[in-house]
Amino acid sequence: MNARRTLQVLCLSVLVLNACQRERRVFRDVPPGATGASAVQTTDLVAGAKVTDPAIGTYQESRFAVSQGQTYYEQFNCNGCHAPGGGGGMGPPLNDDEWIYGSDPENIFDTVTKGRPNGMPSFRGKIDNSHLWQLVAYVRSMSGLTPPDTWPSRPDHMQETRPVREARAQRQLP
Amino acid sequence: MREFSVTHPVGPQAARLSEMTWVLTWLTTAVCVIVVGFLLYSLLHAHRRGNAVGGPAVERKLWWWVGGSVSATTVILFAILIYNLSTGRALAAFADPDALTIRVIGHQWWWEVEYRDPLPNRRLTTANEIHIPVGRRVRLEVESRDVIHSFWAPNLHGKLDLTPGYTATTYFRADTAGTYHGRCAEFCGLQHAHMDFFVIAMAPPDFARWFEAQLKTAASPADTLQARGREIFETKTCAMCHTIRGTEANSGIGPDLTHVASRRTLGAGTIPNSRGHLAGWILDPQRIKPGAKMPPNQLAASDLHALLGYLESLK
Repeated sequence: MNARRTLQVLCLSVLVLNACQRERRVFRDVPPGATGASAVQTTDLVAGAKVTDPAIGTYQESRFAVSQGQTYYEQFNCNGCHAPGGGGGMGPPLNDDEWIYGSDPENIFDTVTKGRPNGMPSFRGKIDNSHLWQLVAYVRSMSGLTPPDTWPSRPDHMQETRPVREARAQRQLP
Repeated sequence: MREFSVTHPVGPQAARLSEMTWVLTWLTTAVCVIVVGFLLYSLLHAHRRGNAVGGPAVERKLWWWVGGSVSATTVILFAILIYNLSTGRALAAFADPDALTIRVIGHQWWWEVEYRDPLPNRRLTTANEIHIPVGRRVRLEVESRDVIHSFWAPNLHGKLDLTPGYTATTYFRADTAGTYHGRCAEFCGLQHAHMDFFVIAMAPPDFARWFEAQLKTAASPADTLQARGREIFETKTCAMCHTIRGTEANSGIGPDLTHVASRRTLGAGTIPNSRGHLAGWILDPQRIKPGAKMPPNQLAASDLHALLGYLESLK
């Protein structure tokens, strides 16, 4: 009886202690930089090689980064062309599964910093790297490419359907 | 702490609130003294008599005491309620259609201050400092862009909550010139403790002069160094969030910096506004105010020098 009680308490504490994990916030981090090829600017409109940095992953898995990115998406007027929630308009939609220049964080970072033909301006030197990576995390969350627990749950705008993300949530898409 | 004190009111509203603070403090102190006095008396008394069990006579006497105390409590509470309501009414009666209208918008973690006017070219936006003329009523409209904040300048008025999506209004007046301190009085996140503002009450002619000076667009660069500074401000990260009227920088996310050099502090009362502090703030705001929305900036020494020269010229 006593051993059973001890076991119960042990199991319960394992469950409870597991819930203690909290997302760590870093205020003075060194964001992944623009290294290698993308540090050298040949022209404003080139695809170029992509930046790779292991620190990128921490932004992709951070709920805080995604929600900050959501704020910047609006404040820096990304929604002016890509629409609130990434539905697309003047610019291509961001909440579907089609990517002209790649869906990896590094690709999106490059798209924003370098600009792309037919209208996407270059934001090189205009947005701080840490903000940029947060923005990238939000852009990827719109089509469900970041872990589900990072997706913003309460948008300030009218909710629009997000077919890709929902399909991903129901495991109909990889 | 005279400039951040409920007991040093400088306007009629604050005077009413200060009076109420004192009345309630003395009243509740008196009640507390009486209750504790009776309690001590009865404890000692019962001890002397040795736990005697009372008969019907004692029961009757007890009824009178309990009934009397309950009635006294009820009367006192109702008196406080009526006093409270009449104070509220008096505060609400300060409404005035000719008041100077100032809109204060709360952000994490600074205050946007907007002087309203029917003429668009007479509207003014500044940050963290509210200049007002002495003796004129001010209509204060508050709202928030993110979470709930609370506007509290105790020398002038009580607290007023800034709620997202809702505009709250109140009136106040300063009768004595001076600089009064204000704070956010509702926990609003990491840097809630570094969200201060100043209310500067000035003689009406001084206020008019200040207002006209602030309405002007930013001073043009006086030399090549300042011109370079302006160019850096317009082309680097600064312009993505800040406005300097009269330049290309025109974004409404961070504080308006058109006359930043005329302000007392940086980061909403976090650090004094001096060249060294400004340099530290631009390069690494996260060290000074962890969590603030401003990112660190990597600038070459010569660029920083030019930028500081330009920002310092914005009187």
